[in-house]
Amino acid sequence: MQKDKRNDRCAAALIILFILMVVLVVLNISIGSYSIPFNQIISVFRDGPTAEAGSQIATMFAILHQIRLPRLLACLILGGALGLAGFLLQTFFGNPIAGPYVLGISSGAKLTVALTMVFVMQASGGLSSAFTIMAAFVGAMISMGFVLVISQKVSNASMLIVSGVMVGYICSAITDFVVTFASDASIVNLHNWSKGSFSGISWDNVHVMTVVVIICALCTFLMAKPISAYQLGENYAMNMGVNIKRFRFMLVLFSSLLAATVTAFAGPISFVGIAVPHIVKRVLGTAKPIVVIPGCFLGGAIFCLLCDLIARTVFAPTELSISSVTAIFGAPIVISIMIRRRREG
Amino acid sequence: MSDLYLKTSDLSVGYDGKTLIHDINIGVKRGQVLTLIGPNGSGKSTILKTLTKYLKTIAGTVYVGEHQLDTISNRDLAKQVSVVLTQRLKTEMMTCEDVVATGRYPHTGRLGILSEDDRRIVRETMEQVNITELKDRDYRRISDGQRQRVLLARAICQQPQVIVLDEPTSYLDVRYKLELLGTMRRLAQEKNIAVVMSLHELDMAERVSDYVMCVKGDTIAHYGPAEEIFGSDLITELYGLKGGSYNPLFGCLEMQRTEGTPEVFVLCGGGSGVHVMRSLQKKQIPFAAGILQENDVDWLVANALAAKLISVPAFSEVGEAPVQEAMECIKGCRKLIVCSGFGPANRRCEELIAFAEKLGKDIEDKTVQH
Repeated sequence: MQKDKRNDRCAAALIILFILMVVLVVLNISIGSYSIPFNQIISVFRDGPTAEAGSQIATMFAILHQIRLPRLLACLILGGALGLAGFLLQTFFGNPIAGPYVLGISSGAKLTVALTMVFVMQASGGLSSAFTIMAAFVGAMISMGFVLVISQKVSNASMLIVSGVMVGYICSAITDFVVTFASDASIVNLHNWSKGSFSGISWDNVHVMTVVVIICALCTFLMAKPISAYQLGENYAMNMGVNIKRFRFMLVLFSSLLAATVTAFAGPISFVGIAVPHIVKRVLGTAKPIVVIPGCFLGGAIFCLLCDLIARTVFAPTELSISSVTAIFGAPIVISIMIRRRREG
Repeated sequence: MSDLYLKTSDLSVGYDGKTLIHDINIGVKRGQVLTLIGPNGSGKSTILKTLTKYLKTIAGTVYVGEHQLDTISNRDLAKQVSVVLTQRLKTEMMTCEDVVATGRYPHTGRLGILSEDDRRIVRETMEQVNITELKDRDYRRISDGQRQRVLLARAICQQPQVIVLDEPTSYLDVRYKLELLGTMRRLAQEKNIAVVMSLHELDMAERVSDYVMCVKGDTIAHYGPAEEIFGSDLITELYGLKGGSYNPLFGCLEMQRTEGTPEVFVLCGGGSGVHVMRSLQKKQIPFAAGILQENDVDWLVANALAAKLISVPAFSEVGEAPVQEAMECIKGCRKLIVCSGFGPANRRCEELIAFAEKLGKDIEDKTVQH
């Protein structure tokens, strides 16, 4: 009986998360410097493409299609990716405050993307989405490699995080250096991106990130079973039949790829990766990966949609960097996690 | 020998290619319990980790059922061998039932969803191990004793042919030790599971094991039926006991005897002197004990603790010679402690009381009045 109740709770929680996400999508469509009333959203989608140029509907459609839609899809997909990356990293390190940002993985990706942007852009003038992801992935893997080496030397969870933060600072410092001495006009763009922002996302970007993130998310979902075993500890997982080496490799691969994709398009975004898995586990009342994985995707999407909405509307027309907003919501959560863990021992 | 389910042949185990223990030849049948005993750091865990494939074998072979260990996939091995490790199980928001259910892991499909059958097995196992009432409790919020039982249930519900337990009784108090080992023994027989474990408690090891393997140095010091291992002085030798001795009949340990000229004479029999003698030992007072038949419970303790022991053969009457010897001894003592009454076979001990009185020795009467 109890079992059924818990399953019901999980299902209900996932449905609520989904509804919340839809509500935020609608809000993100509607709210902005040019408001699109709720009751007109459907007609904009239906009639917009064929409407006469210059009409109100056509203007709304143009805003939606060129600016808001790619931006909110990026929030949704990259937010989900961040939530998943955080969950995978927390599982991998057995550390509740691990995440792509604090471990320096985002910063590593940022560094390589900035380097390629500055040098390749000067040569050819543009970067394709796929190429950007590849550059970011290389950086993410290099940072991850550093963190892995460190994690073998220090067994203390907090020390690992401190080391990760240090790796992040080093990468950020080098990035700033590169940005400062780069000569182009593209630097304004680079500067925004390097602080973390969902603005200026193109449809081409959206297509590429969708493919990469969806593939990673599906693979992660299929790994739900070994993840549940790994949560108990490596030795037990091994006795349960998990091929530990291959499994650990997959975790590193997917978490880095997810974090790299986010950084490639939106720059480093703090706290989403740490906070979302914890909120989701609380909401679902369980840590079972088979529900937490979809939960983290939805949760990350919601978190980013909400934060981006705040970032672009509260002080409009000035836009806040997304990390400023995520930090305001995320940092208190991280602190409460640490306090609770201290209490539980 | 094909009925041995888990078997090793000339196995060498160790870390990083370095051999710690070599020439391990053991085997265990289903339904039987094999226990590894030996001093701390002797490599018991290393052997167990090798048997469960966590460590690579350095040389030799391990057979599980019909197969060699290194040819079995992790998943197939998981269906045959389950473990209870010394490492704490890390859980997050998991009830005890969830923890037990993780034992079904190798039997579930791609996504690890439990079938109705799996649920039933989990439920039944929890009943057998008497933890049904813990079902919905958070695993992190139960006692160590309860945790070990949950882990045992988890291992059993994996439906293995072999369970490997690494020191399952550490951290447990006597009550939980008894319960856990009792349950394990019963289920091993009922479900026809072979059990291999390491234990620190020698008394328990003798009581629950069919076979015992003593690990010492770089080889297996002894391997054989529990009765043989424990019915001898092997234990004292195995652990290199100094400052005490091991009583193979009761499986208990006695402290080191206090040598010297006896200051106190303990007149006892039938177990009445055990506590008196142990308390004298604690105060480091050398004492004599007598006059005891060699089949007396007190004789076993006195034999380990008394500086001087005056005894007669089993079932025989106390004659003139031992009485004279005891009197000689009492002369040198300052005190006589009388612990028991007397029967037909040791009637003459009464003379010793009178003798001590005449010499003006201090006499303490510790006989229990009925």
